[in-house]
Amino acid sequence: MGLLSKKDTALIKDPLFDNNPITIQVLGICSALAITAELKASIVMSISVMFVLGLGNVVISLMRNIIPSKIRIIVQLIVVATLVIIVDLVLKAFAYELSKTLSVFVGLIITNCIIMGRFEAFALGNGPWRSFLDGIGNAIGYGLILIAVGFFRELLGSGTLLGIKVLGDPIEKTGLYAFGYENNGFMLLSPMALIVVGIIIWVQRTKNKALIEEN
Amino acid sequence: MEHIELFFKSIFIDNMVFATFLGMCSYLAVSKKVSTAVGLGAAVIFVLAVTVPLNWLLDQYILQEGALSWLGEEYASYDLSFLSFIMFIATIATMVQLVEIIVEKFSPSLYNSLGIFLPLIAVNCAILGGSLFMQSREIPSIGLALTYGVGSGIGWFLAILAIAAIREKIRYSAVPPALRGLGITFIITGLMAIGFMSFGGMLTGGDEKKEEKPKVEAKVEKEEIKKEAKEIVAENTNIN
Repeated sequence: MGLLSKKDTALIKDPLFDNNPITIQVLGICSALAITAELKASIVMSISVMFVLGLGNVVISLMRNIIPSKIRIIVQLIVVATLVIIVDLVLKAFAYELSKTLSVFVGLIITNCIIMGRFEAFALGNGPWRSFLDGIGNAIGYGLILIAVGFFRELLGSGTLLGIKVLGDPIEKTGLYAFGYENNGFMLLSPMALIVVGIIIWVQRTKNKALIEEN
Repeated sequence: MEHIELFFKSIFIDNMVFATFLGMCSYLAVSKKVSTAVGLGAAVIFVLAVTVPLNWLLDQYILQEGALSWLGEEYASYDLSFLSFIMFIATIATMVQLVEIIVEKFSPSLYNSLGIFLPLIAVNCAILGGSLFMQSREIPSIGLALTYGVGSGIGWFLAILAIAAIREKIRYSAVPPALRGLGITFIITGLMAIGFMSFGGMLTGGDEKKEEKPKVEAKVEKEEIKKEAKEIVAENTNIN
């Protein structure tokens, strides 16, 4: 990490835990909940958001001095929509089944609050390299939560990780299933994602007492 | 009939917040007081009711495969659906700007209490999600698109109203400090989502009884069909 200054590494490290976009900034929740039933979908969504946020931050930062203030939301929307169209077409071409699972949520990256939030908060006031780092940092923070939720939901819900049966075979009763363990099908249903994120927030705020809200 | 079915389906079974988690950011941020929640919910219903039919028209006559055939035969093979994202978001941004102007004129107090969240409706996943689901479920007519828009809006409104009311009440409950505010809201929303799943059988309850009777008839029909098939095979072999 010798080529990044201290301030720059802070741009990547802060959004991982202390300023996490989902649990602290409360942005980007919609897609974090709906598609995390499989770990693979979570990973692909995180990579897509990283692409859109990183590149989008750079483009907006390069244009920041020529965008008139009154139409800046429209300009931001157009930039994001174009990048998401590219992601959507790439996914449809190279990972068709996955794009069917993700269905409309790839399109909903456009309205993912993290992207517009970072454009407004950072890219409009900073240079391209730092905006790129900020975008990557926030996308990694977002990805961490998505992968954590997807990990637990897939492991406890279907006993697999990325499709590989890690707890044994449920039909032939090998591995953990031989002791009577059954998959918790509830975990595959969407409400459990909300509860898992609630628990992650609980753990995070117990560790970092400064984040606790006053009544 | 299908209007009524689609209306109730989009409020309860495919509820935007509880089934597909759209619009969570403003849902979490504005639900601290019931009065602001009601205002935002009403704005969302109005925006959805206007944008879903408009986007349906766009999709039907410009974006779909073969949609441009009204311009002339040579355009019939154009498929502009890759432009849907940009066109949908453009209509939505315009409509929200309109709503903002109307609200500012007719109800300045609501305008002030909603603050930044009124223009943020434009990037509310619920609005774009409504149009995208309308497109992916291939809703066949503009009347149904309007029903779907209004129903989805009412579903979102129900959800934010419920969570605002609950949050106002639990302010005086003994919630663990680390769960206060955001954490407990997530968990409560999860429990409400589980509750809403009970509506899943709402519109299909009558079909199960019907299946039992035809089983006997189906068996009889099968044998008749087999007899007919044998006769036809016999005829064909005779002809050959």
